[in-house]
Amino acid sequence: MKLALGPLLYYWTRKRVLDFYDEVAAAPVDIVYLGETVCSRRHELRLPDWMDIGGRLAAAGKEVVISSRTLIESESDLKTLRRITGQSHFRVEANDMAAVRLLAGSEGWIAGPSLNVFNDHTLGMLVELGARRFVAPPEMSGEALAQVLATHGRPLETEVFAFGRLPLAYSARCFTARHFNLQKDNCGFRCIEFEDGLALDTRDGRPFLTINGIQTQSARVHNLLGDLPALADAAVGVLRISPQARHTAAIAALFADALGGRRAAREAFDASRPLMPAEACNGFWHGRAGIDEYVA
Amino acid sequence: MAIELVCPAGSLPALKTAVDAGADCVYVGLKDATNARNFTGLNFDDRALTDGIAYAHDRGAKVLLALNTYPRSDNWTRWTTAVDTAAERGIDALILADPGLMRYAMRTHPALRRHLSVQGSATSYEAINFYHEHFGIQRAVLPRVLSLAQVEQVIAHTPVEIELFGFGGLCVMVEGRCALSAYATGESPNCNGACSPGKYVRWQQTTAGMEARVNGILIDRFAADERAGYPTLCKGRFDVGGETYYAIEEPTSLNTLELLPEIARIGVAAIKIEGRQRSPAYVGQVTRVWRQAIDRAAREHDRFRPDAAWLRELAQVSEGQSQTLGAYHRPWK
Repeated sequence: MKLALGPLLYYWTRKRVLDFYDEVAAAPVDIVYLGETVCSRRHELRLPDWMDIGGRLAAAGKEVVISSRTLIESESDLKTLRRITGQSHFRVEANDMAAVRLLAGSEGWIAGPSLNVFNDHTLGMLVELGARRFVAPPEMSGEALAQVLATHGRPLETEVFAFGRLPLAYSARCFTARHFNLQKDNCGFRCIEFEDGLALDTRDGRPFLTINGIQTQSARVHNLLGDLPALADAAVGVLRISPQARHTAAIAALFADALGGRRAAREAFDASRPLMPAEACNGFWHGRAGIDEYVA
Repeated sequence: MAIELVCPAGSLPALKTAVDAGADCVYVGLKDATNARNFTGLNFDDRALTDGIAYAHDRGAKVLLALNTYPRSDNWTRWTTAVDTAAERGIDALILADPGLMRYAMRTHPALRRHLSVQGSATSYEAINFYHEHFGIQRAVLPRVLSLAQVEQVIAHTPVEIELFGFGGLCVMVEGRCALSAYATGESPNCNGACSPGKYVRWQQTTAGMEARVNGILIDRFAADERAGYPTLCKGRFDVGGETYYAIEEPTSLNTLELLPEIARIGVAAIKIEGRQRSPAYVGQVTRVWRQAIDRAAREHDRFRPDAAWLRELAQVSEGQSQTLGAYHRPWK
């Protein structure tokens, strides 16, 4: 099983991002997804900067993928998308059907987690159009995923969101700007102040969600370290770790140790607890509410 | 081309009311997870569907079937059976979200019109044209995401008819890309056709007020003088940075009546009214107002002004009794 680092979902300063990927170059991940997938207004790095980072990571032996935006609204969004799908240095992760249209017929792109691939018919269609890896929707259970792959019937590299706050929803509205009573067009880029997003708690003080600009995430950290044997049984080939502000490389090392048999899965999970910004959950994988931490 | 008025019906009486009140099309769902309003006591069995289609066709109206959730590999045939049944009963179009199901419908019933559901999350002409090229989609319902200027840009670059939400409950999230309900309850709009389902809702009077919980999660708490609304996950009050407020969206309805001349000018083909879960009375009231408004806008163009009486009537049936122009109006974002 390979380890992938998902695209950075938060808005960090340019220096912070560059330092982060310097660290990633030495981390035990095989694949690195790069690019801004959340908000068109974020501009600390632009596509040429991501390409530069990709070049350095490729030189360090990583497979580099450029991820496309999840919500496409304007003509300028489409221009950015065409630049991404038009480059030939790195593979592309399609996170919207607009990207699929532009990539259709080329070989080797990745069907991203927001494409809503829930059955083998839709999966087969994307494979016909050139998809060579499929990232399951985070809400899909392990059982449902195994059924999709079994009915698809042909080998296909399959990736699962295995660690990080879950990307749950996207909106035209920016909830960080809303928090500061700002309009999105004049947001002041305040999301840069929240390295792991902005906490949204219930009125009785329980963490519920995380605000990350136009994206809403879980408050809890989806963590499948304890489920590694089941992931292997389900023919999952790639595990995605979503970047967080601290300890991302240490989390990757725990996954690598567990996959390499140097630590038991459950022990690796226990070791990950102090490295997370919040409590763990894994309900989605078990076909339950995503917020649940399932204890087998 | 006149703008088509597309109205919701969660029951046969609602369908008849909509047709009588002047709907051009009525959209309905079956009594299971194949549609995005899979609520107890709602929707159509085979008999009601057959009767509803006959009632509408006799009066020159169309019936559209929403099959706009995502089948899994293990329940796939329930969706394809629904496609086949709808085709046999003479439905006028299918509203679909899943590409695999679109391909099935295209190959099995090529003459049956296919609409792209809002649950398909297509927000650009590139995405819409993808569905057109591969599955012959003739109409797309846009997520409540774009400004009207962006909608105009979409229309200029696609042969596909564009349908917009004009009135009703407002999803603040991109439809088809929201797993909040799945996260909180395990039941999702995408796979189960349910958002914040009623069976997970608990009301409890406490010393701090009336609490509304979904699967144990406190979504809001109401003081005695506050109207306690349904605890849709994204419309609760939460604590963010020490402030308690509607952090995602207020309980509010979309109402675009005043935008009708602009909607007509940019070439929108149809306006959709939300609310299959609402009563026949709601359907009748909203349909009557919108019928008159669309007809007047077609006559008066830029001189069109909504009647004060219409606005009062719509305000009475709005969720949370407040209204917004949503994303069509840029500052909302």
